[in-house]
Amino acid sequence: MIVVPCPNCGPRNSSDLRNAGEVAPRPDPETASLTEWRSYLYLRENPAGWVTETWYCRSGCRRYFTIERNTATNEIRESENS
Amino acid sequence: MSRHGYTYSAGKLLRHGLTRGAWPRMWNRPERRDSYDVIIIGGGLHGLATAYYLAQNHGITNVAVVDKGYLGGGGSGRNTGIVRSNYLTPEGVAFYDRSLHLYNTMAADLNLNVMLSRRGHLTLAHTDSALRTMNWRAEVNKLLDIDSAVIGPAEVKRLTPSLDVSPNTRYPILGALYHPPGGIVRHDAVVWGYARAADHLGVHLLQETEVLDITCDGGDGPDGKGPGGKVTGVRTSRGDISSPVVVNCTAGWASLISNMAGVPLAITTHPLQAAVTEPCKVFLPTVVVSGSLHVYVSQTDRGELVFGASVDPVGTYRVNGTLEFTEELAGHVLELMPGISKMRLMRQWSGLCDMTPDYSPIMGHTPVEGYLVDVGWGTYGFKAGPVAGETMAETIATGRTAELIAAFTIDRFTDGDLVGEKGAAAVGH
Repeated sequence: MIVVPCPNCGPRNSSDLRNAGEVAPRPDPETASLTEWRSYLYLRENPAGWVTETWYCRSGCRRYFTIERNTATNEIRESENS
Repeated sequence: MSRHGYTYSAGKLLRHGLTRGAWPRMWNRPERRDSYDVIIIGGGLHGLATAYYLAQNHGITNVAVVDKGYLGGGGSGRNTGIVRSNYLTPEGVAFYDRSLHLYNTMAADLNLNVMLSRRGHLTLAHTDSALRTMNWRAEVNKLLDIDSAVIGPAEVKRLTPSLDVSPNTRYPILGALYHPPGGIVRHDAVVWGYARAADHLGVHLLQETEVLDITCDGGDGPDGKGPGGKVTGVRTSRGDISSPVVVNCTAGWASLISNMAGVPLAITTHPLQAAVTEPCKVFLPTVVVSGSLHVYVSQTDRGELVFGASVDPVGTYRVNGTLEFTEELAGHVLELMPGISKMRLMRQWSGLCDMTPDYSPIMGHTPVEGYLVDVGWGTYGFKAGPVAGETMAETIATGRTAELIAAFTIDRFTDGDLVGEKGAAAVGH
C-alpha cells in the first residue's frame, strides 16, 4: 500500500487517488512542432528513483497536486513545485 | 538435422537414477571476449530467442547475451505462460499468430519438451460493451484465418463446467470469445531451450554481468549519445565490451537501459501481481480470462491454479505483493468459480511490465545507429517471445526492419501512428 498525502484530505491510500504520471514541461501548443508535442504526450523519463509526479484526489477533494516519489522504494516527500 | 544438446529419455532417467551420475550442464559459462558482432542486453526469453535465431537462421554466432542476474529471472520466469493470437489489430494478430506457430514446433526445434498445451482460451464478457469488443475481435480474427468465435453462456458451461454462468451473479457471463489454439506453455522450459540451443551454436551467455552504460559516438547528446550517434559497445560490471550492434531486450528496466543510449521511450513501468494455489485434481480444461474482473486463471500440469491480474495502477519498480491485490483477486476468482472457495493460495509474486500508451511493443532500429530495441512488452511479452526473437534477428542480420514488426517502430509515437491494442491486451491473456 502506498500512502499519499493529499494537501486537503491528509494521508490516503493510493487507491483513493489517481496517479497522473510524471510532471513534464508542457510546450506551447501554438508554437510547438508535432514532434515536440507528441514527445510531451508520450515520452517518459521513467527513472528508478525520485520522480516529480501529479496525483488526482479522485474520491476526496478532487484536487490535483504534485509530490515527489521514489519509484524504487515508494517513499514520498514534498515537492518544491507543489 | 543437428540436435541442440543432450536428449533426455526415460532410459537415461532410469540410468541416472540408478547410478546417481551428474546430468550434463545445459549451457556453459564462457570467458567473455573483448568484442562481439552483436551484444544483447537481457538474458530472458526475448534476448535468448534473438540470439538463437541470429545463429540458427542467419549464421551470426559471435554474439553475447549479457544479464545482470541469471537467465530467465525477470518477466520470463514470472509470467503466467499463456499463449494466444486472438488480438484486435491486423498487425497484432499476424504477429502473435506467427509466435503461436513457432511454439507449435518448438519442442522439436529446440530438442526440449516445453509442455505446450493448446487447451483453448476463453475471454469472458460480462457487459454488452465487452461482448461488442469480442465480436469485433472475432471478425478480425476470422478474416485473418485465426480460429476464434463468440460463444454463448451454455457453450461456455459445456467447455468449462466449473464456471458459474447463472444470471444471478454480480457480473453474469453473457458470452465469451473462444480461441481453441490458445493455451499454456512451461515458461522456464522455453527459456532453457533457447539458452541451450544458442549456447550450442556458439553464442556466449554472460550471466551476472550488469550493463552500466552504453557507449556511443557522434550523437547530439552528452558523451556522443542520442540521435545521429553510433553505438560502440557497452560498459559492464565485468569490463568494457565493444560491439557495433547493441540490442535492448530488457523488460522492467527498458527505460533505464535506453536512457544510457540517449533514446527516451514511451514507457512507464508497472508491477503485475500473480498467485498460485495448492495443487488439486485437474478440473479446469481451458484458460479463463475475464477483462471486467481483471483476472485470468489456468491450471498447470501439476494441478495448481495460476491466477494473474492486470497491472497495478501506480507505476513503480518495487515488486512487493499487496494484501489489497490478494483480496480482490480471490473475490473475483470466486465470483467466476464459487466451487474453489476452500483452496488455499500457496505463493504470490509480481513482475515488472513496461507499459506503452497503445499496448503494443516498441521494436527495431532507433535514431542511434546500431542500437536496437525489443521493449515495451507490457503484459504480452511471453506469448510473443519466439516471433520477437525471429524478427529482431532478421532485422539485425539484414539491416532492414522485418515486415511483421514494421508497425511497432519507435517512430510511431512521434509520427502519431499508434497501434491500439488495448481492447485485446489490457487484461485479456
